[in-house]
Amino acid sequence: MGIPYTYPIDVTGIVGYIRTNRYPFVAIRADMDAVAMQDDKPFPSDLCRTKQSLGFRVFILSKSGVAHSGSEMRNLQLSLNQTQKIRLQSALEKLESLSSKSNANSVVTVADSIPIYEEGILKGHGTLDRKGELVATVCGVVERINKLIYVRSLRSRYKPETGDIVIGRVIEVAQKRWKLELNFTQDATLMLSSMNLPDGIQRRRTAVDELNMRSIFTENDLVCAEVRSSHNDGSLQLQARNQKYGKLEKGQLLTVNPYLVKRRKLHFHHLEQYGINLIIGCNGFIWVGEHVEVEDKLAVDQANDSEQQIGKSDQNSMDIDGQVETFTPLDTRQNICRIANAVRVLSALGFSITMEVIMETVNLSKTMNLDIHEMLGSEFYVLVAESEAERRSVTKRKR
Amino acid sequence: MEFVSPEGLRLDGRRPTEMRQLRAEIGVVSKADGSAMFEMGNTKVIAAVYGPREVQNKGQQINNDHALVRCEYSMANFSTGDRVRKPKGDRRSIEISLVIRQTMEACIMTHLMPRSQIDIFVQVLQADGGTRSACINAATLALADAGIPMCDLVTSCSAGYLNSTPLLDLNYIEDSAGGADVTVGILPTLDKVTLLQMDAKLPTNIFEDVMQLATEGCKAIANYIREMLAENTKQLEFRRDS
Repeated sequence: MGIPYTYPIDVTGIVGYIRTNRYPFVAIRADMDAVAMQDDKPFPSDLCRTKQSLGFRVFILSKSGVAHSGSEMRNLQLSLNQTQKIRLQSALEKLESLSSKSNANSVVTVADSIPIYEEGILKGHGTLDRKGELVATVCGVVERINKLIYVRSLRSRYKPETGDIVIGRVIEVAQKRWKLELNFTQDATLMLSSMNLPDGIQRRRTAVDELNMRSIFTENDLVCAEVRSSHNDGSLQLQARNQKYGKLEKGQLLTVNPYLVKRRKLHFHHLEQYGINLIIGCNGFIWVGEHVEVEDKLAVDQANDSEQQIGKSDQNSMDIDGQVETFTPLDTRQNICRIANAVRVLSALGFSITMEVIMETVNLSKTMNLDIHEMLGSEFYVLVAESEAERRSVTKRKR
Repeated sequence: MEFVSPEGLRLDGRRPTEMRQLRAEIGVVSKADGSAMFEMGNTKVIAAVYGPREVQNKGQQINNDHALVRCEYSMANFSTGDRVRKPKGDRRSIEISLVIRQTMEACIMTHLMPRSQIDIFVQVLQADGGTRSACINAATLALADAGIPMCDLVTSCSAGYLNSTPLLDLNYIEDSAGGADVTVGILPTLDKVTLLQMDAKLPTNIFEDVMQLATEGCKAIANYIREMLAENTKQLEFRRDS
């Protein structure tokens, strides 16, 4: 039958193994003689006899596998060997022990009741009042700020706050506005009027500007902008009134879960040693691209405009100029890929993504002398998990 | 045919009030906002949730200040014993899509997500009876994973009545035996019924017993799902924490 077995055991015994490589283990001892069985052989103490009928007994050996199923990596299809598995497991356990104990108690799931310690509380997002009892409506962590109680959900779409720096993709050029996709419940709108014009002059937007909207952003362009306001009906307004906002070119976009990005003072990073711009959008869109001097870009745009005014005959020559302009040196491209891979590894492991952690991961890959493609191998995941555990334990000790 | 042996065991060796083994996994579809796989014995279902996102077909939107919930149920060709190619919109899958949609709509707080839509896709990978309940359980897990606010977790379980015994969680053989088959979906903490379907007839007093048994099953599933979600949330939180 293709079932592996060992024979003989106690002269007439036979042991067959039907493997699923998964818990629980079930041992069946069957006698075919219909004589009452005697439990003379001692079994390990964690055995429990579950079923008994007609000389046929089933033992469930261990159920401990159930508890571990949750700790498997989500979204991570890696072929880890046994050592790597154990190393990753121990690194994660270390992380778990390091996380503050208070947080572990305040994890709630849907419809869990939240204990109230004082009178006159304010119920915030993710909570619901049910007959005087406060219950959670999302899975997450309970946060208490003075009288306000809310549940901070983890995996969910982006929740905008005014002033957030976001990256979005243009999906539609509509009348006087662009529609942007930024992992929000709706498409965000970027009005033409809340945009700096390429010529940099403050003036009323004319019908000609409206017709030329596609020359600023067209469909599928990536745009960096700031959240201006979010309205009651869920719609979101963006603005880009600064030279650092605008179209993103020559780089890679990465999408991570928005909960991994913390709001910081600085979301634009210029990594001088690599010549790279790193923008960590609050909506979980991360841009890694070649560094562009802001002033330069403005000058180029102005030059382009003046050339356009000269006439269409120069159009071809300008295109050639444009191609020369878009050349990115190999070094920079490799650096872009290296940083992008670092972000990928961190997001797959579910670690929070900040500039420092990304740079640490990049440096780790460099000191290990790993190629860019090797960064997505299972060994590097384990290394990153271990170094993260190390880093957190050090910072904890400092405190 | 004998579905319950004189010793009180069913065809697959379970007791009449015993459930099949449950197994769930969260986050199986990487591109989806929320996803889950749910197994009840040999029945295996995968669910993926996209949204809340911009309404794609504005014509479908009826109520402007509530989210639109859509559901698509499909069965993989290889899920059943005989490999039949089914047309995409056959009557059975349309009906089950509708059932799942209405059940999930009852618990999603749609008024918090105006002008958006939530898509739920469920696919049966292995069918061995009780696909309807498995789909609802998987969808609940996926919705919770997507961080969509819900007033309660919906769980579902089936029960039947064969050989004058109420049986919990019917498998395919028991399901196709022609006896009564009650599928119940409840909101466990609110103790409300959101789904009740029955094939064949039952006297009222027996129906109450069968329904009670199915409700017990739902609660057991709810406990399991809760445990899974709590574990998952804890994992996400401590990894992020810095």
